[in-house]
Amino acid sequence: MAVLVYAEHVEGQFKKSAFEVVSYAKEIARNGNTQLVAICVGEISDEALGKLGAYGADKVLAARYAALNTFSSSAYASAIADAANRENADIIILSNSFSGKGLAPAVSVKLNAGIVAGAIDLPKTEGGKFIVKKLAFSGKAFAWVELLSAKKIISLNPNSYRIVDSPTSTIIESFEANNTPDSKVSVKEVIRSTDKVSLPEAEIVVSGGRGLKGPENWAILEDLAAALGAATACSKPVSDAGWRPHEEHVGQTGIVISPNLYLAIGISGAIQHLAGVSSSKTIVAINKDPDAPIFKVADYGIVGDALEVVPKLTQAIKAFKG
Amino acid sequence: MKLLVCISNVPDTTTKVTFTNNNTQFNTSGVQFILNPYDEIALSKAIELTEGGNGTVTVIHVGDVAAEPTIRKALAIGADDAVRINAEPHDAYFVASQIAQYVKDKNFDLILTGRESIDYNNALVAGMLGEMLQIPSVSIVKKLDLIGNEIVVEREIEGGKEVLNVSLPAIVSCSEGVAEPKIPNMRGIMSARSKPLEAIEATEAGKLSNIVEYTTPEPRGSVKILGAEETEKLVELLHTQAKVI
Repeated sequence: MAVLVYAEHVEGQFKKSAFEVVSYAKEIARNGNTQLVAICVGEISDEALGKLGAYGADKVLAARYAALNTFSSSAYASAIADAANRENADIIILSNSFSGKGLAPAVSVKLNAGIVAGAIDLPKTEGGKFIVKKLAFSGKAFAWVELLSAKKIISLNPNSYRIVDSPTSTIIESFEANNTPDSKVSVKEVIRSTDKVSLPEAEIVVSGGRGLKGPENWAILEDLAAALGAATACSKPVSDAGWRPHEEHVGQTGIVISPNLYLAIGISGAIQHLAGVSSSKTIVAINKDPDAPIFKVADYGIVGDALEVVPKLTQAIKAFKG
Repeated sequence: MKLLVCISNVPDTTTKVTFTNNNTQFNTSGVQFILNPYDEIALSKAIELTEGGNGTVTVIHVGDVAAEPTIRKALAIGADDAVRINAEPHDAYFVASQIAQYVKDKNFDLILTGRESIDYNNALVAGMLGEMLQIPSVSIVKKLDLIGNEIVVEREIEGGKEVLNVSLPAIVSCSEGVAEPKIPNMRGIMSARSKPLEAIEATEAGKLSNIVEYTTPEPRGSVKILGAEETEKLVELLHTQAKVI
């Protein structure tokens, strides 16, 4: 028995979500009194792999052969499923990231394993059951899902589990999976936007609505985001109007996020928007309408014109950070 | 070109979500159901790709008869025919198994789904189908072009985007940006009534998971309102009280 965790890296560097899933998987392994095996796919240094030991990986499998140097869902899924079989892992953990969303269902079918997609807490295992809490109805509710299969997969939402130090002496092993690269899919181009904070993983999100009056006013929001080291987001009317790209839309039909701090600026707070942001730990609302529904879910509110308040707030943040 | 679009019947986005039966079932009483917004995007793209007589669009739904108004809506938007697999699905694996069983001998060139349904937010069916049918499956695509017997798709990845060439047959889950949702016109609504909607019985599929309970988020505490001049005070509270900066 073992717990297997897929630790995702981008061009040889782990992101925060990788350490979150390893920390989460370590706690499950500890509760099950078993070892934690991590698998990494693609080119990455031993030094980088060793970092997983800090969060509790007893063994790291490095599937570094050339066929896997560009991302291919089917080849990656094969490597993860092979590793689960060879390590006799009965619980497999992935991040519910963009690539995790492609991999997890394929691994599920390969292993005939039930899956909880978008878990937000550790499994409950009382009475021989295995039940995991996940977001449902785009954040309006939680579903408690029981996994009934022998092998079980959990994909963990970003920002749902804290990173926990758990220093372990880790062994790095090369791993070769029984697969061939997928000839039906080829990567034409990869475009990295490294200067931007990824929205699902961001700890602070600055989000704008129609109260900003037009795309020309987004600079003040971006200044505030830069001062806070935050990602930028927007409401649905803003992306529908083409003021901001669709991938910034948070809400029920956009991205559901759970940052530590969510700043809703000029957003009235329709039920669809609130669904997507209500699991944020702290919510700040800036809106000129004191009756706006956003104030019902906010922890702190400023009633005022966003165009006047935001630059002052940016100054205050800069002064605070020195 | 033969296209298949997988559709879900979901509660309207304005629904206040409640549960019955000891919090084990979603309370559908008084709830307006709609075509899942992401599936609407997938369907609109499929119709766009077959415009000018360049193929057919079939929609498929796994669920009970209550979904038929939503299926008719898909026909009104422009799908040519529809299939409903009669079952009460309990998880994504069941849904994908039913669709895979149906698709097996039908030679679809392209299967589209929405990126996720807005009720269970699993985003699993497209990936499972790819594995079951052994054809490529690409998740969370925001741009899709058909070029010969290949599609070029742009999908989101961590910290950027990836452009892929994928040979057909293939499965794609569609996000915002793939197409503008089409609104049915009067002719579409009239013709939808007479378009074929076939109901077939579900086949056996293993049960891998089960929802045992639903809960709703705790109500949040009350808001502390500050004046428009108190931005420094807000920063101090975020630091000392909320401890988030």
